[in-house]
This record gives sequence, C-alpha cells and structure tokens, in this order.
Amino acid sequence: MATGASTELRAPEQRGIADIAPRLEPLIIPIGALLGGLLAFSVFLVLLGKSPVDFFGLVYKAGFGTAFSWQNTLSRVAPLLLTALCVALPARLGLVVIGGEGAVVLGGLAAAVVGTALSGAPAAIGIPVMMLAAMLIGGLWIGAVGALRIRRGVNETISSLLMAYIAIALLNHLVEGPFRDPASLNKPSTAPLDPALRVGELPGMDVHWGFVAGIIACIIAWVLIERTTWGFAARIAGGNIRAAQVQGLPVGRLIVCFTAAGGACAGLAGFFEVSAIHGSANGSLVSGYGYTGILIAFLARHNPLAIIPVAILLSGFEASSGLIQRRMDLPDATILVLEGIVFVAILVSETLYGRFRIFTPRAEEQP
Amino acid sequence: MNRRTISRRSLLKAGAATGALAAASALPFGAAHAADLTVGFIYVGPKDDFGYNQAHAEGAAAVKKMAGVTVVEEENVPETVAVQKSMESMINFDGASLMFPTSFGYFDPHILAVAPKHPDVRFQHAGGLWSADKHPKNAGSYFGYIGLGQYLNGITAGHATKSKKIGFVAAKPIPQVLMNINSFLLGARAVDPTITCQVIFTGEWSLAVKEAEATNALADQGCDVITCHVDGPKVVVETAAGRGAFVCGYHADQSPLAPANYLTGAEWNWANVYTGMVKTMMSGGTIDNFVRGGLSDDFVKMSPLGPAVSDTARNQFEAAKAEIMKGGFLIIKGPINDNKGNVIAPAGESFAEDDIALESMDYLVEGVIGSTS
Amino acid sequence: MNETDLGLWAVPLAMIGGAIRVSTPFLFVSLGECLTERSGRINLGLEGTLVFGAMSGYAVAYESGSAWIGVLAAALAGMLFGFFHGWVCKLPKVNDIAIGIALMLLGMGLAFFFGKPYVQPQAPDLPAISFGWWSDISQVQAALQVNVLFLIGIALTIAMGWMFRTTRIGLIVRVVGDSTDAARSMGLNPNVVRLLATGAGGALAGVGGAYLSLYYPGSWNEGLSSGQGLMAVALVIFARWSPVNCFWAALLFGGAGALGPALQSVGISSGYYLFYAAPYVLTLGLLIATSSPNRALESAPGELSITK
Repeated sequence: MATGASTELRAPEQRGIADIAPRLEPLIIPIGALLGGLLAFSVFLVLLGKSPVDFFGLVYKAGFGTAFSWQNTLSRVAPLLLTALCVALPARLGLVVIGGEGAVVLGGLAAAVVGTALSGAPAAIGIPVMMLAAMLIGGLWIGAVGALRIRRGVNETISSLLMAYIAIALLNHLVEGPFRDPASLNKPSTAPLDPALRVGELPGMDVHWGFVAGIIACIIAWVLIERTTWGFAARIAGGNIRAAQVQGLPVGRLIVCFTAAGGACAGLAGFFEVSAIHGSANGSLVSGYGYTGILIAFLARHNPLAIIPVAILLSGFEASSGLIQRRMDLPDATILVLEGIVFVAILVSETLYGRFRIFTPRAEEQP
Repeated sequence: MNRRTISRRSLLKAGAATGALAAASALPFGAAHAADLTVGFIYVGPKDDFGYNQAHAEGAAAVKKMAGVTVVEEENVPETVAVQKSMESMINFDGASLMFPTSFGYFDPHILAVAPKHPDVRFQHAGGLWSADKHPKNAGSYFGYIGLGQYLNGITAGHATKSKKIGFVAAKPIPQVLMNINSFLLGARAVDPTITCQVIFTGEWSLAVKEAEATNALADQGCDVITCHVDGPKVVVETAAGRGAFVCGYHADQSPLAPANYLTGAEWNWANVYTGMVKTMMSGGTIDNFVRGGLSDDFVKMSPLGPAVSDTARNQFEAAKAEIMKGGFLIIKGPINDNKGNVIAPAGESFAEDDIALESMDYLVEGVIGSTS
Repeated sequence: MNETDLGLWAVPLAMIGGAIRVSTPFLFVSLGECLTERSGRINLGLEGTLVFGAMSGYAVAYESGSAWIGVLAAALAGMLFGFFHGWVCKLPKVNDIAIGIALMLLGMGLAFFFGKPYVQPQAPDLPAISFGWWSDISQVQAALQVNVLFLIGIALTIAMGWMFRTTRIGLIVRVVGDSTDAARSMGLNPNVVRLLATGAGGALAGVGGAYLSLYYPGSWNEGLSSGQGLMAVALVIFARWSPVNCFWAALLFGGAGALGPALQSVGISSGYYLFYAAPYVLTLGLLIATSSPNRALESAPGELSITK
C-alpha cells in the first residue's frame, strides 16, 4: 500500500519501471511458474521417449487450432468457471474449500426435481426457479462447511471433501429411489425436463449459455471482492482471522456468506449440467468438475477475472486429451500429470514473491 | 462399385480434417481409390479391465485385423459432454465414419446430440435404446442377450454348489442386471430346485473395495459359487477364489485369474458383431438400426468349462446349450413368482429372451435373496 | 467349504472381519499422518501417496515376483512424495494445505499414468496368518484371517506410542511440533525434523496403499481408493494425535466400511447407498463432535496450521 502512495506523490515525469513493476509481479510470476511447469512436464515426456513438441502441437490443434477445437474447449469451460469460484471465493478468506463437487451434484439434483415439478411452466418462470433452487441447495451445502468452521472449528478442507462424498451417495440414493423416473430403467434418472426448461446453446456455437453465466459470475465475484467493503473486509480477514476478529469485523458472517456464495456458484454449475446437457439428474452428474475447479482457482490465484483465461487454458488441455490418447499412445492420465505438475509449480512459485529486487519499488529509497 | 462411393465420402472427410493421419494408407494407384474406413471405439473404462470394456476392445482388435480398416480408440471417457467431443474429434481429426460408443450412458443425450450434426457418420450404440420414431436414422443400437449365458453359468453352479447357496455381486438393480441374476438362479434350479441365490448390490459399476466386501459377505453367508455383473470382475473372481468358492465369469474370460475355481463364464462375442457390421458398411450396405442376438446368433459365447466341472454337469450344460442354440429358449416360464410372492407369469405363459417385456424387468424371481430397492 | 448358517450373527462377525481387513490402510496412513502432524505439519497429499504406493507396490511386486519387495518400493515412493512435500513446505509463503492437494492430484495422475499396463496382470499377494484355526466355523476363520501388515501396524502403533512418550526422538518431534522457537532454542533444526517426519509419514502411507493393491482388494485399478487417505487425516484429529487412538479409530472405520454389504447379506437392502456413506458420515460426525472453535484443540501440536 505504501508503494502506491509514494508513487502518486512523485511527479509524472519521474514515474518509471519501478512503478509498474510491482503490478507486474502477480502476472509475471504465475506465468513464469506455468512455463516452468510446462518445462518440467516436457522433461517428463522426454524421459519417456515422447516428443514434447508433438504433445504441445496436439494440444494446440485439439484445443485452439481450429473452429471445432475452440468449440470443444469452450464447451467445457462453463462448469469450470463456476466450480473454480467455489474455491476462489472462500480462499479470499483464507479457507481452502475443495468439496465443490458435492454442491454441483446436489444443485443439479435440486434443479431437476424442481424442473420436474414445474413441467408445463413457461421458460421465463421455470428456468429462474430451477436456477434459484440449485443455487440455494449448493449454497446451503457449502455454507454448512463454513458454519462448521466458524462454530465448531472443523477444518473446512476435510469437511468439504467428506461432504462431497456424502452428497454423491445422497444423489445416487435419491436418483435411484424416491426421485427416480419409472421409465428410466437402465439408467436411473429423474424425469426428463420439458424442452421449455432446457437451456440452449449460444447462437451459432456449440456452447451453452452456462458459459455466459459463468463469465458474469466471475465478473460479479471480482466486483464483490475488489470493489465492495464486504470484499475488502473479507480480504483483511483472509490475511489474519484473529486480527480481523479483534478489529471487530464480522468474521463469522463473512465466512458463511462467502462459502455459501461459492456453493451457490457450484450449484449453478449443476443446474447447467442438468438443463443444458443431460436433461435430467443421474449418476453422470458426478464428473469431476469440482476437482478441476480447485486447480483453476489456485492457478488464477483466486482472482475471479483471472479464472476466465485459466479455465480456458485448462479446458484446452482437457480437450486435447482424446487426440493425445489416439495419436501419441499416451494414457488419458497424461493430462492429469500435466495439471498436477503445473499446480505444484504455481504453488511453489508463491515463495518467489518479494524475492526479486526488480519487482520491489525504488520507493524505499525515498526519504 | 459401392465401395468407391464410401471411399470418396471418407476421402472428403479426411481432406476436411486437418492432418488426418488415418488416410495415410491410400492405395498406390491414386487418390480416388479406397481410403480406409476409419472406425472409432470409445470405452468408458480401461480396455484391459478383464470385463465389460475388455470385451469390446477384443472386438475392436478383431476389426483392426480387417483389411482396409483403421481403428481409433479412446478409453476412460466419462458419460458427459466429453464423449460428445471425443466423437466429434474422431470425426474431425481422424475421419471416422463409423462410431462405436460402447457405454450405455452415451446414448441419451450424447449420441442424440451429435448424430444429427453428422448425417454421414454412422453411430452404433451398445445398448438397446434406439427407436424408429424418436431417434435419428444414422444412429442405431446393438446388444446381446447374455441372460442365457448366465443361465448356463447357473447350471454349472447348481452342480458345483454343496451348500445349495450361490451368490451374485451386482452393481445396480437395472433390468439387464436383474435378468442376469434371475437367469443364474433359474439355471441352478434346473439342477436342484432348492438352490437359493443371494445378491448384494454395490451401487457402482466399478468400485473395488465394495466388490471385495460384497464377495466376502456372500462367502460369509455360505455361498460357494459366486458370479457377478460389474464392469471389471477381476476383484470378485480373485476374492471369491481366495475364499475357496467357485466362480462363474462374466463379460470376458477370467479363467487365467483363478484356473482351478473357474467353472465357466458368459462372454460377449463382439468380434463377431463388429466385423459383421464393418463388413456391411464397407460393402455399401446400411447397418441395421436395431441389432440383437444371443447365444444362438453368436453374439454371446461361453468360456471353456473349467477343471472343476463334473461330467454330469458337463452333460447337462451341453444339453441345455444345444437347446438354446436352436433358438427360442424360454428362461422365464410360468408358473413363476417373484421373491415377494407376486405372480410373474401364470402357468402357460412365458417370455422368450427377446421379449420386450423383459427389458423393463424390475423383479427378482423366487429363490433370489435380496431386493431391488 | 463348510459354511454354517449364522443368521444375524453374520453381521457383527462380518464387521469384525471387515474391521481388520479394511482398517489396515487407514491405520498406516493415520500413523504416518500422526507422525507428520506431531511435528507440526499437515500433509493432505496422502491420498495421492496412497494411490501411488498402491500402484508402485503392485507394479514392482508383479515385476519382481515378490509382494514384499513391492511393499518396500511403495514405502520408498511414499517417502519421496513425503520428502518433496516437506521440502516445498519449508519454503516461505507456501500454503501447505494447498501443496497437499496439489500433490494429491499429482500422485493420482502419476499413479494412473504408470499404472495403465498393470490393470490386467496379477501380482503376488501378501501373506496372511490365520488366527481362527481354533474354530470350525469357516466364517470365523475367514474373519480372523489377519494380514501380516495389520500385525506390523499393531507393532508400529505400540512403538510409536512409546516413542512419543519416552524416547528422545519422540520428544524432539513433539517440541518441533509445539513450538518452532522453543525447538530452535534447543538447538534443533525444525525444518529437518519436519522433513524427516513428513518423509516417514509418506512412507507409511505408501505401505497402506500397497496393502490395498497387494492384499485387499488385491488388484490395481483407478477406482481403488475412495478417499481413504483424506479420511485418515481426519481420523488423526479425531484420535487426538495419539497413535493408540489412531488404531482404534482405524478399526472403527474399517467396520463402518463393511457395514453396507454385511447388512445386505442378511436382508437389509433398502438405502444401501446411505449405508455405504456411513464411513464418511461417521468421520464428519466425529470431527464435528471433537472440534472446538475457541480453544486450540487440546493436545494439538501448536504449530499445526489447521488449528491456528
């Protein structure tokens, strides 16, 4: 903060690299870490006798090289934006919540159940109600994690993951039992949604509206965190919870609100999976989007705007997985290894902040 | 000849796709001649799981040996939008014109979403869902009646069991699985009508720890012949053999895992089905939209009988198999009740293996211990 | 095979058998995490270490023909993961919970990647000792079929408990875990101690994984673990960082895991998904019951970041 202040005190002609350098740090270090991770992965490939050039060439081709590839990539982005928010929002408070998968499946189930009950209703009513149901259930689920943290001191990482497993068991039980569509014999599902209640694709593209919803959610989240007092309070609490409590910030309310907000985002992802893709809720809702979201949030350093390009990048990787399997005879887990290495690299790079002189301002030389 | 028409179509596709390696094996006479037919296979799990996916992969391997055919495969593709993209990737980049997405959950909504966009590509789905009034013409279903295979398993089990209790580790209580459970028991009861079958549902198609626990629980209850319907029977077979029980296989031949305890197994014969369909396509014909067959049509085969099968068992097995091969064998024959006392079929009524009513089966026959919900 | 009809008694018997069978990986992972956390570090990556240990143990056992060499390989692999975790965490500003999650993903990715060729083959199994020879009932015999690793686990539990209470090493670990400053003033290097403790914890987690693939269920595939590593970490908190409590908690969880199939086998089959969720619900419930928001958990190592 002192940096900013002393920068403004100097005359415009005196501002130079030292003034923008600190702002570059949060950009250069993660990008450097990403490249470092890709390099480490390339070494891994070379040791296995595979060509990194071929590999990244295929990633480019399958992820970003043709119009089809872009559709492939973007169609995967929508749920990832939302599940990444489920990690990023609580992370601003210093919480590590990794159970977004649970909110996705239960939110999707809630949307499907509500949608079935509303069959015959027009889209203008049905879709918002389904969205609200999904967000409510998802918000309650992860909000409970936050509540447990503040009321009982239960570690949120462990509790959110346990609740994800419990959510999956609940989904399976309800979809095969009370909420089962009797006609869905060989694949237990809820009843198929009315066509009116199905979310469609963006005009001319193979990508559904959840993509837009995800981007809007990221923008709202960014505004919330960076431009409101609520967000400001959260960032302070994220630095040191006890100090924030001492200062009288409503830490408990912040925690529950932010975890619930994250859960609502993940629940919304579930809604889109049900309404735009599957048309009903069933076991296929459990598709790992929650876990990829963790990686994206950390890579984006929990900045909601950065989540957008990171999600696109990672979706590109995942989109290329099939072609890599077929052309390079590498198993599908290769992309998982790539993601893991990049994740570790990004986390390790946290230690580099403040270490490089080039990023520290010459303001220290000011009297 | 029609073969040329098909090759021009796949040539066009290959040309449109960027860098399609699949078209590389063109004949030396010129570009207009036969380019390969590229066939795509998609598996929901690993190809070598000793079970469901392996059975399909073995079929794909038979197709690979055919001249003029290139096969591309992808495994571990989940039943989400990812499979839609995998199919389109194979069409766009590899020039595939025949797709075999082999998991049940790929059909609705995924194949239904992709098929209309690629009318030149044929999508044959492993499952029984295609219906003429609802679904696109370039999609189709194929499946096999493997219930009769489990019936034959049951015969060997009926002879091998000393406790008169046999066991079944099942994934989910859907009609195909219930049919297998019922067939297994009815086969055993053809040997001895007092035999009972205990079923335990794991809830997942593939969950090793649960499958091991279920097998142990069955063995604890006294079951001494065990079979299963899960995606990868390896764990069930090994655990059952470890408890000293006999084993009947399913999906593929698991006898290498427990040679002494393996009685026989009901296996898919996809190689036969796939090569047939590919040949039809290569000769310019259209594959049927609804392809089904059982033992008598060579869609399903039985593993060789293991060393523990007695001669009496072998005789009854062979006799039953010969009956089945004639076609029209009836497993569900009245009078028969379910295990809750309701009547399934009164005397005189029966269901043949291809009866559509069996596809909505939601009961367990009398003699099966367990419940569907 | 002579199975007597036990009726409802089959359920508690199955749970005892299940408790012994299913608890061993929990036991090893929680003992390893107990050691790591006592030194003041939390390693959430043990799920990945467990899975990688399962794969490497299976692969090496298959290639070498000996299950025990596989176990050794798994321990070594786990130790390397642990060392890496420990080394990275000592860098300033690195979030050790996040690193744990990253290593979990990386461990699983590497395990699935290298494990592809080992889904089909059969590796030799670890030996078991029969403690039920006194009974004619074969179910009792089966339930009391105890794997050697379980016995090693018991020995480790006792050894670790004794180590923490009476030996110098135990004291060093505890001091480092309670207060970095106090440790430094004693002339200890907390980073080295934590590194070694995390490495040892990883080795134990690797062994726990090898048990899964080499004994029960005894096969390698990608669905082998369903959160056992994570649950074991939660288990340590519930056990109040005492090795002996970890042992009992592991048995409890093993029994809970065997509950679902056992109930089905005696006819209680509705809602089996909910029974299968029993271990997770149990873990969560115990965690809630034994945590407290205000005071740091008693006997929690002072330096442990989850309790700050």
